[in-house]
Amino acid sequence: MASQMGPSPVVAELDPQVDKQERDATLWGDVWKKLRRDKRFLIAATLILIFLLMGAVPQLFTHADPRQCDILKFAQRPSRHLWFGRDILGCDYYARVIYGARTSLIVGLVTSASTITIALIFGSIAGYFGGVPDAIIMRIADVWFSIPTILGAILLLTLIHGSGPLIVAFVLILFGWPDITRLVRASVVSGKERGYVRASRALGASNRYILAKHVLPNGIAPLFIYGAYGVGAAIGGEAGLTFLGVGLRLPTISWGLQIAVAQDRFFEFPHLLFFPSLFLSVLIGAFILLGETLRDALDPRVFGSA
Amino acid sequence: MPESRHLLEVDDLRVEFQTDKGAVKAVDGISYTLERGEVLAILGESGSGKTVHARAILGILDIPPASIKGSVRLEGVDLIGLRESDIHQVRGERISMLFQDPHTALDPVFSVGSQIEELLRARRSLSRREARREAIDLLTRVGIASPKERLKSFPHQLSGGIAQRVMVAMSIALNPEVLLADEPTSSLDVTVQAQVLELLESLMRDFNVGLVLITHNLDIAAGFADRIAVMYAGKIVETGPAREIHERPIHPYTGALLKSVPKLDLKQDRLQAIDGSPPNLINPPSGCPFHPRCPFAIERCRVEVPELREWLPGREAACHRALEVEP
Amino acid sequence: MTRSYLLRRLLIAVPVLLGTTLLIFSLVFALPGDPIRRLAGNHRISESTYREISHRYHLDEPFAVQYLEYIKGIAHGDLGEDFHGQEVSDIIKQRFPVTLRLTVGAFAIEILLGLLAAFVAALRKGTFLDSFILVSTLALITIPVFVLGFLAQLMFGVKLHWLPIAGIREGWLSYLLPALVLGVGSAASIGRFARSNLLENLSSEHINAATARGLPRHRVLGFHVLRNALVPIVTLLGLDFAFLMGGAPITEQIFNLPGLGQQLILGVQNENGPVVVGLVTLAALIFIFMNLLVDLLCAYLDPRIRYG
Repeated sequence: MASQMGPSPVVAELDPQVDKQERDATLWGDVWKKLRRDKRFLIAATLILIFLLMGAVPQLFTHADPRQCDILKFAQRPSRHLWFGRDILGCDYYARVIYGARTSLIVGLVTSASTITIALIFGSIAGYFGGVPDAIIMRIADVWFSIPTILGAILLLTLIHGSGPLIVAFVLILFGWPDITRLVRASVVSGKERGYVRASRALGASNRYILAKHVLPNGIAPLFIYGAYGVGAAIGGEAGLTFLGVGLRLPTISWGLQIAVAQDRFFEFPHLLFFPSLFLSVLIGAFILLGETLRDALDPRVFGSA
Repeated sequence: MPESRHLLEVDDLRVEFQTDKGAVKAVDGISYTLERGEVLAILGESGSGKTVHARAILGILDIPPASIKGSVRLEGVDLIGLRESDIHQVRGERISMLFQDPHTALDPVFSVGSQIEELLRARRSLSRREARREAIDLLTRVGIASPKERLKSFPHQLSGGIAQRVMVAMSIALNPEVLLADEPTSSLDVTVQAQVLELLESLMRDFNVGLVLITHNLDIAAGFADRIAVMYAGKIVETGPAREIHERPIHPYTGALLKSVPKLDLKQDRLQAIDGSPPNLINPPSGCPFHPRCPFAIERCRVEVPELREWLPGREAACHRALEVEP
Repeated sequence: MTRSYLLRRLLIAVPVLLGTTLLIFSLVFALPGDPIRRLAGNHRISESTYREISHRYHLDEPFAVQYLEYIKGIAHGDLGEDFHGQEVSDIIKQRFPVTLRLTVGAFAIEILLGLLAAFVAALRKGTFLDSFILVSTLALITIPVFVLGFLAQLMFGVKLHWLPIAGIREGWLSYLLPALVLGVGSAASIGRFARSNLLENLSSEHINAATARGLPRHRVLGFHVLRNALVPIVTLLGLDFAFLMGGAPITEQIFNLPGLGQQLILGVQNENGPVVVGLVTLAALIFIFMNLLVDLLCAYLDPRIRYG
């Protein structure tokens, strides 16, 4: 609204005489500055880094072996020595929860990274070239999109008799790509009619050049946001599927499995449910918060669509 | 008891915005008066504060981050600081505003007819049928052909000129005494601009309304206004009868504006752009805000803020060297 | 509403319907391996049953014929037979009302709570209430449905004894907690979106203009702001419906509601292939129909869509 009222000093920064490259660099620099000052971003980033560390080097967080279990001590309550107690097989629950981070992160990161890559490629092609490629890609997307993700995943996972984080990721990607692809396509479509694109084309730039230099960089900003949300969603999705019995199976260590096992016993042994649920929620929350802060920092006005 | 009641009296109006880079002084103490049947043009470039001041008068600025000081008296009643319920009464019925781009100022999801009618029914308690008749009448008055059919049109189906006429109709629907027109023709084609301006002028004369015409276009100001007030960096820097200002500006900025506009009847070698860049409103220049770009600036201009004072009968300017130099 | 838009939209829906059913069909019948064995899971089936099923699904004929017969079947409401001899469509008829009540309840909660929160937050922007709503909606989005379900059961069922936590014996009250659990996450995400949407609309130029010409505030808010904000919100509601459908199995499982979601899980656990396929197909068809409704509604709400 300030831009309608009076001049914002920021307008001075967008002096058209400054080379567009330079301007882009300062815009991204602006974004980084905004992020650095946002407390929520710092919280989210810190949490994510901790979890990444947990996934990469779980030994940093616990010396216990999650697979060394003493069945006689099943469902032991938390104590000073065993922070999270033991699970129903008598394993060190703290260790199992810590090691569970890696599984969730693998599924989440692989799913989201693949989805946004697919979306970037196909969304750009569909949006930029329009016509037949657009129609084909979008109709295929519509079809996959019509099947709700969890349900389609249940279907596919029942039919495929395999299991493991990568398979779950693959299934989530299959049903998740249409949504983001559509968003990228919309962003590309609105980007290609910008003045500087037309100018570029008038000067004889090839399609590939225009795509790479002008259209894509503007389409990329939303991808960071949806990438972050996507990780959160995928982690939640995997946990849900595993909870229902179609996702990961033992001996994979997964929070979803822990929760599934804990549900029947949670009146007696609430700690079994509490800890994996806590970690799961916090990890998902961190990624969603990251998405939110990215969205605020990458305000479309900065990138010139307003 | 105020002696002579001006229709509209703006007195030291100030509008400041809090941004995270500091306080922006968008309007830095402006004062002017407006009489019935008079057209006052507020001339300035973007960033001069001309639009902000109009929105402040109508009370449609968000109060934080904006803060408004000063007074704006409409027939003696100060509009600044009125409660929402009171200023609501004033809007439309006593003072109204015309916006620059009719396509953004009209609600895209409702037909233009329903937008006019709802206003009439809400403020004048007309029945549906009466409102419809009145709406048709209004559209006719602003020169729209086949008004009955037009009622059903949606804004995006209308051309700029017609849409702006609809906006005019809506702003006079409740018979206000003052109309603030914020760049009403800037988004229109040149041929249509003149038509809309003439429409405004005739309506104004017919109903003895006072019109404040906000524009950045010198020719429009000179052609249609009785008086001009030139704004720069949130301040008024020159006022006077429109013709006279156009023929002989006193303030260097006004002169520079004149020289930067191409004229068909004058042989010019080059256009003269105004040196330098628009002022930073968070940290305005010291002294006279125009001094960094002024070809006639002297030391005093850097140090002392010039007051707006009368240099010739009916001609005011805020410049230390007003009559010394030929802008 | 222009006929042509209606027609166009319906026409687009047809290939999507066909494509989706084809996709599901292919996943079951065109993947490498024996589809019947795949559907049967670990069940043993006799030779005669095998031949019967083979014949019923026309597996000895070309793929195109298989698919066409399958489509014909669906059109007549025949979604196949499960391995206990029950017609899938019968199973659906039995359990459908439960899931319908759950989903409609969740949807209603999503709309009511979500939009209410959005309005309050937008109109009271910057206040404590606004921040509270922002934080709580964030929390509700991130907590997975099943965790929320357990928490709700613990809190409202066990500790406070306010609401039933399993089964459907207590009439509509039984559905209250599950619908809340299923709907509140969606309510949170709609709420956040609607809030920012409303804020954008509140400061848009035509709202300023309407206020400036003297339109009363309640009219400006209740009519112009709302109407303009509706289209993207309605679109999002439609898309979110898929999420509700996906969350139903989990919710029904936790609260032991005998609906289609629970049936789906049973089908998975019992390796009852035809049931799983039938239910997912039904869900997809419903979702396509839902999106069609949403598109038509949006066209009604925003004349720019239907007049182009």
